[in-house]
Amino acid sequence: MTNHNTICAISTSPGTGAVAMIRLSGTDAVSITDKIFRPKKKGKTLKTEKANTLHYGSVTDKHNVLVDDVVIALFRAPHSFTGEDIVEITCHGALYIQQRILQLLTENGAQLAKPGEFTQRAFLNGKMDLSQAEAVADLIAASSKAAHSLALNQMKGGITSEIKTLRKKLLDFTSLVELELDFGEEDVEFASRDSLLQLTENTLQLISKLTDSFRYGNAIKNGIPVAIVGDTNVGKSTLLNLLLQEDRAIVSEIAGTTRDSIEDVMVIEGIQFRFIDTAGIRATADTVESIGIKRAYKKIEQAEIVLVMLDASAHFNDTIKFLTHLSGHLSEKFAAIIVNKIDIAAQAVVDELKSLGEATGFPTLLISAGSHLNIDQLNQFLINSAHKFEGSDSDVILTNMRHYEAFMKAGEALERVKSGLQNDISGDFLSQDIRECLHYLGEITGEISTDEVLGNIFKNFCIGK
Amino acid sequence: MVNNYDIIVVGAGHAGCEAAMTAATLGSKVLLITMDMNKIAQMSCNPAMGGIAKGQIIREIDAMGGYCGIVTDESTIQFRMLNRSKGPAMWSPRAQCDRMLFSANWRKYLEKNKNIDFWQGMVVKLLFKNEKIFGVKTDLNITYKAKCVILTNGTFLNGLIHIGKFKQKGGRISEPESRYISEQLLKKGFSVGRMKTGTPVRVDGRSVEFNKLTEQKGENDFFKFSYLPEVRTKLKQLSCYIAHTNLETHNILEKGFEESPLFDGTIQSIGPRYCPSIETKLKTFSGKDKHQLFLEPEGEDTIEFYLNGYSSSLPWEVQLEALRKIEGFENVKIFRPGYAIEYDYFDPTQLNKTLETKKIENLFFAGQINGTTGYEEAGAQGMIAGINAHMKCTNQNAFTIDRDEAYIGVLIDDLITKGVDEPYRMFTSRAEYRILLRQDNADERLTERAHALGLASKRRVDILNNKRKKRDAILHFLKQQSIKPAQINDFLIKRNSAPIKQSLKLIDIIARPHILLKDAINEIPDLKDKIKEIEDDQTEEAISSAEIEIKYSGYIQREKALAEKFKRLNDISIDGKFDYEKILAISTEARQKLKTINPKTIGQANRIPGVSPADINVLLVMLGK
Repeated sequence: MTNHNTICAISTSPGTGAVAMIRLSGTDAVSITDKIFRPKKKGKTLKTEKANTLHYGSVTDKHNVLVDDVVIALFRAPHSFTGEDIVEITCHGALYIQQRILQLLTENGAQLAKPGEFTQRAFLNGKMDLSQAEAVADLIAASSKAAHSLALNQMKGGITSEIKTLRKKLLDFTSLVELELDFGEEDVEFASRDSLLQLTENTLQLISKLTDSFRYGNAIKNGIPVAIVGDTNVGKSTLLNLLLQEDRAIVSEIAGTTRDSIEDVMVIEGIQFRFIDTAGIRATADTVESIGIKRAYKKIEQAEIVLVMLDASAHFNDTIKFLTHLSGHLSEKFAAIIVNKIDIAAQAVVDELKSLGEATGFPTLLISAGSHLNIDQLNQFLINSAHKFEGSDSDVILTNMRHYEAFMKAGEALERVKSGLQNDISGDFLSQDIRECLHYLGEITGEISTDEVLGNIFKNFCIGK
Repeated sequence: MVNNYDIIVVGAGHAGCEAAMTAATLGSKVLLITMDMNKIAQMSCNPAMGGIAKGQIIREIDAMGGYCGIVTDESTIQFRMLNRSKGPAMWSPRAQCDRMLFSANWRKYLEKNKNIDFWQGMVVKLLFKNEKIFGVKTDLNITYKAKCVILTNGTFLNGLIHIGKFKQKGGRISEPESRYISEQLLKKGFSVGRMKTGTPVRVDGRSVEFNKLTEQKGENDFFKFSYLPEVRTKLKQLSCYIAHTNLETHNILEKGFEESPLFDGTIQSIGPRYCPSIETKLKTFSGKDKHQLFLEPEGEDTIEFYLNGYSSSLPWEVQLEALRKIEGFENVKIFRPGYAIEYDYFDPTQLNKTLETKKIENLFFAGQINGTTGYEEAGAQGMIAGINAHMKCTNQNAFTIDRDEAYIGVLIDDLITKGVDEPYRMFTSRAEYRILLRQDNADERLTERAHALGLASKRRVDILNNKRKKRDAILHFLKQQSIKPAQINDFLIKRNSAPIKQSLKLIDIIARPHILLKDAINEIPDLKDKIKEIEDDQTEEAISSAEIEIKYSGYIQREKALAEKFKRLNDISIDGKFDYEKILAISTEARQKLKTINPKTIGQANRIPGVSPADINVLLVMLGK
C-alpha cells in the first residue's frame, strides 16, 4: 500500500564533483540518518530538530571510523518534495565517499530508490499532478536558462490551468448540445449555433497558438536548430569545431543527450543551439536543382537560424543564382550570409561577395574561421536571433511531445466540430467530436487517466530524482 | 401446490414481468407473486413505451429475447420515430399503447410459459438464514421457498399518495401499499431512502374540443420495436393532441401552492427533475407564459385520455379549475386527479453488477426499488436480474453487459457505481458511446450473446444473419456499380446536391448527406432491380443499416477506437487488491466511496463520483509496482 519504507539514492550527477548529495525519503529517513550521523554539537539528534534546518557534522561507520564531514538538510512531512520526511546529506564528491554513505544507509534499513521513485512518491502524496511530474523530468534535464524557466512554469501548473479553462468552456458547450438531444421533443430553448461556432473558433485559436508554441518550446528544450549551408570546402566544419570547442565543457554536461547530439549542441550565454546539418552542397549552376540542394532545403525547413556560407577564396560565378534560389527558402528564418576565409582572399572578391550578400537583405558577416576573425560578430548574430525568436511567443509554451500530439488530435476533433456547425450537422455528431476533443485535453491535464501515459512518465526518470 | 421454486419474483410490473419471463425462458421454475392479478404490467403513468434513449432500451431487451418489445408492438395505437432529423444514434422509437391491452398481452405471454406459477397476495416477510435469503412469507401466512428472490416492488414499499392536503397510504391510487419489507431490510443493514414521483389527471375524451387542439398523427413506416418481422400492431392508429397552458391557468395553479404538499414541506423526498410536476415547472421557469401539454389516448376503444405534462399533487379542485382555462378544455370532465406518491427505494450502490445485493446472497433488486423511473429502465433491470438469478441457481457465471455494448450496460453500471440522487431515467447523454448504441443495431450487439445464454431463440440469430447478408449484398453492389452523370444529375440537383462531372461509384453518391438510399433506389433502375432480387420482410432494415454504415462509418470507427482505449482501464482488475483505508495519497471522500462501492476494475473506479482522476492515477501507479 502506501510506502512506509525509506528510500535513498545519490541525487547529484554520476561521477566526481566537488560535492555530492544523497537523499533519503520515508518515515524512517531521520532515524536512519541519526544512526550514522555525529553532529558537531554533542548530544544533538536530528529527531528533535525542526524542519527546514541545516546541520553540520560527520558520518561514521559502526566502528566510529570517520567517513566524511557532511552538511545535512532536514525536511519534514508533508512539507517536502515527496511529502514524506526527507534528509539530504551533502558530502564531498569522491565516488568512494558517496558509495560508502549509501552503503551505510542501506545497512541501517534504507532501500535503494528505483528510477523516478522520489517523484513518484511526490505524485502519490498529492504534491504534484501528472503534467507537473513530467515537468520535473524536464527540469532535471534542463540545459539552458530558457528550458529551465519553461520547465519551472510547467511544474507550477501553468499549462494545466490554461487547458482546464479550455476544457471547461467546451464542457459547457457540449452539455448544451446534449440537452438539445435529450429534450428535442420538448419546448426547451438552447444556445444559438452562431455562438457555439464563435466558441469553437476561439478555442481552436488557443489550441493552434499552443501547438505553434511547440516549435518554439521544442527549440528551447532541445536547442534552437541552426543549419549551415554552403559549398563543401567553404569551411563549415572549421567554423563548427571552433564554435563547439569553446563550449565543449558546457556541452558535455548536458544530461540525457546522446554523444552524437552533444557534438552538435552548444550553449552561448545561456541559450542552447543545435546544429542540424553541416553537410556540404556543391552549388554550381547545373546542380542547382540537384539532390544535394533539395536536401539542404529540407534542412533549412527544420532550422530556425540559417547560416549561408560563401568561400571568399574560391569565388564561383553562380553565386548570384545560388543566393537567389536560396533566399526564397529563408523568408521565415533568421538567416545570415557568412563570407569566410577573408584572411586569404582577394579584397575585391570579398567586397563583391559582401555586396551580393547584402543584396539578399540578410545580414552579411565577413569572417575567417581558420584565423578566428570576427567570430564574436557571428556569436552576437546567433544570440540576437535567438532573442528575437524567444521574444515572439506566448506565456504558455508546449515542450512535451505527448502534449503536442494530444493538442493536435484535440484540434482535429474541433475542426470537425467547426465544419459540422458550418454544414448544419446533427448535434449528436457535434457532441461526439467535442467529447473526443475533451478526451485529448483531459489526457494532458491528467483529468483523464490512461495507464500508458503514467507508465511513460515515471519510466523516463533517472534514479535519485 | 408446490411451495419450492428456483426463483420467486415479488411484483408483476415491468421489471417483475421481464424478470419472471427471462428466468423461466432460461429454464428456472418461477413463482410470480403480485398483489393483483388484474394489474399485471400496469402502465401506472403514461400509456407509452420508448422515447429518447428509452426506445433504444426496448430494442435491446427485444434483441435479447425479452418480451416488452413484442407486447408493445401488439398494443400500439400510435408509432413515431423521434429525432428523425438527427443522426441515426438519436433515432428513438416511441409507441402509444392501449393500456388495457398492454397488460392483457403481457399476461398472455406469461401464462403461455409453463415454468411460471402465479400467486396473488402480498409478501410480508423475507426469510433469511444467516446472510442468505431462502424464501418469502405472504399475508395469508404461506411460506414459499426459493434459491433466489427478486424484489420488484415499484412504488409500493410504504407508498404514500398526496393530493393537496389529502394523504393516503397506497402503492398506486386505490391500491394498498406494501409494508414490512423495508423495515426488515433496514434491520439487515440496508440503507433505505424515499423518492417521489407523480402522475397527471385522466381526462374524459367526450368533454374535450379536439378541433381546438393541434393534432399529432403517428407514422406509417415499417418501424416498430421487435426484431421479429411478423410482430406487428393490428390496432387502429390514433392521434395525440398538443395543447398549451396559459397565464390564466398559471394564476389558478399558483393560488393552490399554499396547499401543495410539494411546497409546504410535506413531501421531503426528491422527484424526477426531468419530469417535473406542472407546479414545479411554474416555479422553475417563472418567466414562461405557457407550457406544452400532450393529450394521449389510453386505448383503442376508450374515451379516456392521459394529459402528459400536467402531473400535479395540488388539490383536485385546483387541478380541474386551472385545466378548464386551457383552450379545448373549457368544459372538460376528468376521471381522477393527478397525484404524487412517495415510496421507499434502496441505494443501488448496495448491488453487484448482477443486481444481487452485496449484503444478502441470492436476493436481487430490480426497477423502482433501485431508485429508477420508467417502464423501460425497469424492464431492463428485470431482465438482468432474471438472467443472473437463473445463473446463480444453476451455478453458472454471472452475465454482465458493458457500457459500450448497450444502454442496459450503461444503466446498470451507473446505478451500482454512481448511485442515484433523484429518480434515474435514461438519457442518450449518459452513454459515452452513443453512436455505437443505436436502435438499429441492438440485434447485432446483443442477440448472439443472448442466444448463447439460451435466451434469444435460434430464429432470432437466423433473422439477424439474414439482415447482415442483405446489407452486405447492398453494400457490395453499391461499391461495384458506377453511375453516369446523365443518369443521376437531375436527381442530385433536385436534392440540393452537387451534380457529378464523371462516372462515380454509387456508394459515393449515397455517402452524401442529403441523398437517402431509399430515394436513390427509386431513381436508379439497376439498384431497384438488385433490391427486388433480395426483397423480403427484412430488406428495409438492411437498407437502413447499409445507409448508416456508408454515411457514418467515420464516426463509428472513431468511437470504437475510443471505447477500445477505455476498455484497457476496464480490463485492469482491482478487485481485492487494495486496502483503501491505508491509501493516504487519495482523498478522504475517494477512500470512503471506494470502500463502499468496492469497484471491480479501474474503469469502474474512474466513474465513481467523488473519486477524482488524481485518485485513479494514484491507484494506477500503485498497481504498476
